[in-house]
Amino acid sequence: MKRPLVCLAIFALVACHRERRPLTPTAADSSRPMPLRMGDLQPGPKQLAATGINNPYEGNAYAISEGQRLFEQYNCSGCHFHGGGGIGPPLMDAEWIYGSSPANIFTTISEGRPNGMPSYGGHIPVYQIWQLTTYVRALGGFEPQGTTSPRSEEMMAKKAEEPK
Amino acid sequence: MGALCVLCASVVKPFSPAPAILAPFQSALHSAGPQAASIEHLWWVFFWICVAVYVITIAFFFIAAIRGRRREVAVDNPAHDRRLGIFVSTCAAVTIATLFGLLFSSVATGNAIGTFANNDPRQLEIEVTGHQWWWEVKYPDALAPANQITDANEIHIPIHTPVLLRLDTRDVIHSLWIPNLHGKRDLIPGRVNKFRIQADTPGVYRGQCAEFCGYQHAHMALTVVAESPEDFARWKSHMGEGAPTPMTPAQLRGQQVFLSAPCAKCHNILGLDAYGTLGPDLTHFRSRPTLAAGQLLNTRGNLAAWIANAPAIKPGTMMPPNQLSGQEMNDLLAYLETLR
Repeated sequence: MKRPLVCLAIFALVACHRERRPLTPTAADSSRPMPLRMGDLQPGPKQLAATGINNPYEGNAYAISEGQRLFEQYNCSGCHFHGGGGIGPPLMDAEWIYGSSPANIFTTISEGRPNGMPSYGGHIPVYQIWQLTTYVRALGGFEPQGTTSPRSEEMMAKKAEEPK
Repeated sequence: MGALCVLCASVVKPFSPAPAILAPFQSALHSAGPQAASIEHLWWVFFWICVAVYVITIAFFFIAAIRGRRREVAVDNPAHDRRLGIFVSTCAAVTIATLFGLLFSSVATGNAIGTFANNDPRQLEIEVTGHQWWWEVKYPDALAPANQITDANEIHIPIHTPVLLRLDTRDVIHSLWIPNLHGKRDLIPGRVNKFRIQADTPGVYRGQCAEFCGYQHAHMALTVVAESPEDFARWKSHMGEGAPTPMTPAQLRGQQVFLSAPCAKCHNILGLDAYGTLGPDLTHFRSRPTLAAGQLLNTRGNLAAWIANAPAIKPGTMMPPNQLSGQEMNDLLAYLETLR
């Protein structure tokens, strides 16, 4: 009775797969991706932020107005409403869960975020994602004065008038 | 004389339409229905009265010029003064009567147009929505909303039937003008304007946006196809069907390209997982004569150019350029050509 059980146990071990341990990683494995950092806290000496992708439309008024149109047409306002937030987080306050840099916002739109933000990458052209990015930045008050539409229906964050 | 009112807004471009599109030329002086006939009639009344006034005025001008040089004017002649007074009063009375006649005919025409086919039970309702820069055309079905037909840049109407157009816009103010059938009517954001047209002569009539609405205002045309009620019913039942199922491998691949590329984000195809409402409905778009609101003939080559880089053909259009490989483009075209 005992012998067949031992035989079975040994036989079962035959099927076990021992993982291969790559002790010499290939070049592709060892590349260091430059993440889109969302905070300043880093181990060791500080590294610069990723500069790989730059917003080609930063400060471009036309891109902001196009972004505003797309914001409605692609139903961003369905969750973020007109910047004030509701189902999705507001876009006109100082709090940016996934970062406020153009690259952060681009990634948020193209790749999506947990808990509801859909990924638009592949569904819409890249230049439209950048236009949306620029518009979202304008909602947050990051775009230069005079680039945003004076007749906007949105609650655009505006800087308080400074005393002279 | 008809050439006065022929408006051919065609800009010759590398992708300019063939004369076939321009063949249904638009002219308010070639009325094809009772509404346009009233307007045309009024136009001719004004025209001939103005011609008569002009001829008489110029005639008096020459008479005065010639007589004034020939004769001395009598300074103190009561009989002459009286005659002159009667003559001037008569002229003023005729002028006022003429102006009132014009006013009356204008009001009468406006009344005839405004009350045309009021409460006519046979009337067909069509919703026309203006977009920058194309026309969305819907045939609502009050009894079965699911049977609503959506088309773009062409309006099919049966002849001898009053058609109520409900005009709305998604963005800015447009104006619908089909000169052979009616005058202009604006499309105002936030309200529904209505007017009735009726075609009595079968044919294809060109319509055009008549209110400046942005960069491509001139390229916002549509065609009205007036056909017999039997042809119209056949067309309508065909439009109500979903898109045909792709058969060949290329068409099947093309359908996947359509669904995976940005196309489906904006365009609707009945019977497919594509519900976009930003661009024209494509369910039967290959049966339409033109692309891009009358700018291009609906050919395979023009379609490929339009898909690859629409903003190069129509700067400012919402249709983005699409980067597709040659294989993907060919498959997509093979699929789109089935949408008849």
